[in-house]
Amino acid sequence: MTDLDTFRAEARAWLEANVPASMRQPMRGEGDANWGGRKADYSKNPDQKLYMDRMAGRGWTVPDWPKQYGGGGLSAAEAKILREEMAALKCRNPLNSFGISMLGPALLKYGTEEQKLEHLPKIARGEIRWCQGYSEPNAGSDLAGLATSAISDGDDYIVNGQKVWTSYADKADWIFCLVRTSKESKQGGISFLLFDMDSPGVSTKPILLISGYSPFCETFFDNVRVPKKNRIHDENKGWDVAKYLLGHEREMISGMGLASPGGNPLIEGAIATIGLDAQGRLADPILRAQLALFEVRSKAFSAMSERFIDQLKAGQAHPAQPSMMKYYGTELNKDRHELIMASGGSDTLEWESERSNGGAKPRAWLRTKANSIEGGTSEVQLNIVAKRILELPA
Amino acid sequence: MPLYLNDEQTMLRESAQQFVAEAAPVSHMRALRDANDATGFSRDLWKQFAEMGFTGILIPEADGGLGLGHVEAGVVLEEIGRNLSPSPFLTTAVAAVAALNGTAQRERWFPGILSGETVAALAIDERAKHGDAIGMKAERSGNGFKLTGTKQFVAHGHVADLLIVAARTAGSPEDSDGVTLFAVPKDAANLTADPQRLADASLAARMTFDGVEVDADAVIGEVDGGRTVLNALLGAGRTGAAAEMLGVGGGAMDMTVQYLKERKQFGVLIGSFQALQHRAAHLYSELEVARAAVLKAQQLLDAGDARADEAVSVAKAMAGMASTLAVQEGVQMHGGIGMTDEYDIGFYMKRGRVLAELFGDTNYHADALARAAGY
Repeated sequence: MTDLDTFRAEARAWLEANVPASMRQPMRGEGDANWGGRKADYSKNPDQKLYMDRMAGRGWTVPDWPKQYGGGGLSAAEAKILREEMAALKCRNPLNSFGISMLGPALLKYGTEEQKLEHLPKIARGEIRWCQGYSEPNAGSDLAGLATSAISDGDDYIVNGQKVWTSYADKADWIFCLVRTSKESKQGGISFLLFDMDSPGVSTKPILLISGYSPFCETFFDNVRVPKKNRIHDENKGWDVAKYLLGHEREMISGMGLASPGGNPLIEGAIATIGLDAQGRLADPILRAQLALFEVRSKAFSAMSERFIDQLKAGQAHPAQPSMMKYYGTELNKDRHELIMASGGSDTLEWESERSNGGAKPRAWLRTKANSIEGGTSEVQLNIVAKRILELPA
Repeated sequence: MPLYLNDEQTMLRESAQQFVAEAAPVSHMRALRDANDATGFSRDLWKQFAEMGFTGILIPEADGGLGLGHVEAGVVLEEIGRNLSPSPFLTTAVAAVAALNGTAQRERWFPGILSGETVAALAIDERAKHGDAIGMKAERSGNGFKLTGTKQFVAHGHVADLLIVAARTAGSPEDSDGVTLFAVPKDAANLTADPQRLADASLAARMTFDGVEVDADAVIGEVDGGRTVLNALLGAGRTGAAAEMLGVGGGAMDMTVQYLKERKQFGVLIGSFQALQHRAAHLYSELEVARAAVLKAQQLLDAGDARADEAVSVAKAMAGMASTLAVQEGVQMHGGIGMTDEYDIGFYMKRGRVLAELFGDTNYHADALARAAGY
């Protein structure tokens, strides 16, 4: 038995003993995701907190981060085994977090030791929920055109401006934010700041979306005072941090293209609504063909995600590969939800009923339409692949 | 196991890249076609494959081979695909070896495959579309069997030293049980091969078995237990064809991307047009996803994992879609020159079409996945 086999056996035994049964059920909707933070309410589901705390206790909310920052200190091979075992046992993600998926990697690369020790353990334990201050009303795909200003004032910056499409700004505790510290250069005048959303002068306004939900906000900064020690990397070097972080954001969003572990809600839903014919085939042959061809892509993309993570951990992935992953994963996810809607027929049109879990399917379907816009549109990703990977001329 | 090539596999790839590109570039295939070559491939090249050790990749070390796996076989097949090299590698060193491996027949046939003397062909398909039904009759006769029926799409069938034949020893064509596989030598009486030139200039035979007598020891594996052997053959063949398609698709994409960087219209390089950049970037994405699916299938086959069947179908179906896109985009983005015989991109389209059909096309495998998933 190799060390990795031993690790696998121990990991499985620990997960079986410590993951609450309710955390091994498929999620029924966005509401079942745990995002942690100061404002989290676990009164309806104490298992979420129990599960998160147990995992954080082993460093397994961030298995491959170093132990001194709250991580598990696992090697790439061990982390992969843990993912496989969690999938095999249908364990939910113990903690959804922009701190884990986006800010953490950037802090590990660009943060000072003091900044890492201050912020990373709180991310790992789910104590602080982060939001991302990137897009602005006039800086979307052209992100570097951002205008939110940070003016030096002694040991502080005074921040003024507006962000938009800030995911869960109204629920977040802290923000990582791109600000303009110089007008001399477009990309070279941007700095990367961290600050508390409770700081005086910060306000948020949720944006009602076509799904009827408000996962995004407008975020306003009115003379917000931010200590300079909260700046990551050098002044006017924030674009480096921003790009690095965007790679991780795209990696995270591409994960939306993955089928959920355990079961296949798309196929099960189609069988439940449409039924099987005498040969055991889905009774709608054209939909069946569409589903089968979709499943080929979906399963192939699962292999691609596995390969991408393995290559990333080994330092073999092309730096622009997250753009390919983001493009493919989000387009695939939109296709999946179109097929969920087609499979469910008029049942999936109900918007409020209890039977439809408050319109979970149509709302999720509409939510996916943002996947190919947020974090850089599909067209921006294709531009990046064309220029940086295929090296096509400008 | 990480889903990328390890150091040894990467070294093998480098050596295969160099060898195939030098010994059998696209010009080699064009020359054979222009000469209306009646064999369909070069026996000398096959010997060179053996000298490189490639023909023994899947043969166990105990039998004199390299004892490597489908990942390594795929590395060679990708280069065959990229160079459109006519070769019996897939039928002989991959599919036939997978069928013979571990059976009594291996002692008779492995030495010739290792030395590059023996070429094998696969007599599986009986209709224009690959399917699971096997109708060819194998009746008990004397000490052995008598084979009666027809096969088609038998690559190298007119020159092969060994034919792997799927036939029915019991039941009716649609039955899963009752299939037996036979190793039939080329000089068998009452066997005729009618070679047909295919769109890609390769040769595949329509074969007639008019009471072909074989000894009992021609049976590969167990009588009536041929599905096990056939599944091993098809698993290897499908994964191998998918790897070759990665080479065809990747070769077509590389040619096309290069062309975008050279061809000028309206006074600029056409690769600067966003409309073409997006098509090329989308194609790149599809091929990367296909590559991951193929490697996953190869690794699971090598590990003897129960999930291999599903992964093989995903790989064949996905590689079929991605390489089909690659050759179509290749011709389209080359414009008029892509339609000329003088230019190589059209060869990629033709080879891609043949491989897409081999051992079941994308639709066949999507259907197989759906059936396995219960819908």
